Amino acid sequence: MVQQLTTGERQNALVILLAVFVVGVAMAAAGGSDPLGVHGVIVLLFGGGLGALVMRSYYEPEPTLDRPSHYYDDPIKAGIALTLAWAIFGMFMGVWTAAQLAWPDLAFDAGWSTFGRLRPTHTTGVIFGFGGNALIATSFHVVQRTSRARLAGQVSPWFVLLGFNLFCILAVTGYFMGVTQSKEYAEAEWYADLWLVVVWVTYFVLFLRTIARRKEPHIYVANWYYMAFIVVVAILHIVNNLALPVSLGQAKSYTIWAGVQDSMVQWWYGHNAVAFFLTAGFLAMLYYYLPVRAQRPIFSYRLSILSFWGITFFYMWAGSHHLHYTALPHWVQNLGMTFSVMLLVPSWASAGNALLTLNGAWQKVRDDATLRFIFVAVVFYGLSTFEGSFLAIRPVNALSHYTDWTVGHVHAGALGWVAFITFGSIYTLVPSLWKRERMFSPVLVEVHFWLAVAGTLIYVFAMWNSGILQGLMWRTYTQEGTLAYSFLDSLVAMYPYYIARAFGGLLFLLGAIVAAYNIWMTVRAVPASIDRRTDVPDTGLAPGAAATPAE
Amino acid sequence: MDIDHNTLVGFAKSWGLFYFIGFSVCVVIYAFWPANRKKFDDAKRSILSKDDRPWQ
Repeated sequence: MVQQLTTGERQNALVILLAVFVVGVAMAAAGGSDPLGVHGVIVLLFGGGLGALVMRSYYEPEPTLDRPSHYYDDPIKAGIALTLAWAIFGMFMGVWTAAQLAWPDLAFDAGWSTFGRLRPTHTTGVIFGFGGNALIATSFHVVQRTSRARLAGQVSPWFVLLGFNLFCILAVTGYFMGVTQSKEYAEAEWYADLWLVVVWVTYFVLFLRTIARRKEPHIYVANWYYMAFIVVVAILHIVNNLALPVSLGQAKSYTIWAGVQDSMVQWWYGHNAVAFFLTAGFLAMLYYYLPVRAQRPIFSYRLSILSFWGITFFYMWAGSHHLHYTALPHWVQNLGMTFSVMLLVPSWASAGNALLTLNGAWQKVRDDATLRFIFVAVVFYGLSTFEGSFLAIRPVNALSHYTDWTVGHVHAGALGWVAFITFGSIYTLVPSLWKRERMFSPVLVEVHFWLAVAGTLIYVFAMWNSGILQGLMWRTYTQEGTLAYSFLDSLVAMYPYYIARAFGGLLFLLGAIVAAYNIWMTVRAVPASIDRRTDVPDTGLAPGAAATPAE
Repeated sequence: MDIDHNTLVGFAKSWGLFYFIGFSVCVVIYAFWPANRKKFDDAKRSILSKDDRPWQ
């Protein structure tokens, strides 16, 4: 890893890590016994630990001069390892919190392990830890391959990847201590948010500079999706997290938004986090890894452009559907509802485009579990975008809102779409990145596939049942005009579904562990492929080809 | 000039619609412009090329 850097770059890395270390010391000193002080210690250990790693390899030989003729794959490899580690952590926390809902004793009477603190460790762990690392790793891979250009930086890819993980660590450790902004998917406090801005702007600049170095005349559509993901997440993150800290020595801050504006900003952020973090970036994976795995070009490139702009423009306006029947002006609710319904068009255009790409190659889908992961992802993408448009309609939302139906919808998207496309992409990427002929065990990929399918179906069906039941119980009146069921009645009715949901989640977690083992063994035990002449210096000739007259 | 809530809502509901339609027309023209066809076809095929090396 460090061996890939020149002495000058190693010095730059050390300067950055020293700065991180100093900031950590300052935070620890200013924070004292406040959670900010604990985070200061984490930051200084992070900066110091990585600094020690760089120093240990400081005097090792410099990279050879042909470095620019290779793609920069080290940060991608580390990114995949981090993706899998966060997947197991985040999904484990999900199973634990799900089990707590069925058996509340599993909080063990401690403050740090109450449901309210553990839940954001699950959402942050899977969305940002698992999803975010997968997005960063695959975006580094896709942008290099589709631009035929090496990343436009040596230290900055590491800064982006590790800086992002520092943000995730600060966020998750904060929740255990009770640190939160109480904003969904944006719980991390002001200092972590400021750090993420620095990391994200670096990511944006790195991505743009790499595209600017491209050899291909046209920017492949997957890069547009990654670009939209990076740009919009930056805007969302900054606007939603505008806050004033109580003091520079305290973790607590107050948002500058007030009342219904705060709600609107939060759900403009929240829904676009789904749109641009959990959809745009993963559609980028779809538009690259699906054609590559199926060895077929995308069915219609034009359709992919139309659906790109459709998704980009429609999603921005859909957030207010989270605030039906609130103090938000009625016309704003209508706006969100209308755009949510319109969103079905570009969403199904993408899903249809992907399915039509596979049309004529169904035997590959049958035989290849990796391609099947991608196929199931597309099906769930189509399904959950339809469900999302449906749930955004106000009268439907009257039944579904605040019930487990929403949770079921989110997990149809997060497990069925996001996790499936991620694992499909990783199984495509790992052998090519480590130059292996195949995965360690195709059987384990099958095992993972069926564990994941079973887990998702059990989870989603349990939540559909429980959500609709809950919604109906809350709105049933007696002849005298009083509510027929107390809240506790509805809670007792949830019990079997909560057990089923925890079991479905457990299957999904087991699948992720199987994947991590299989990928580890692929890297460790499968011999490097001799024929796989990827990533070799550009001799101007195709690998193994003799010089032939001009084409 | 006083910009009140109704002015903003009126502006959003009228001009918001027009810029949206204008934008979608531009996107459709770009996607279907005949001269772009070859570029798009090349783009969708070139990612499948085995020649997996960066330029120098």
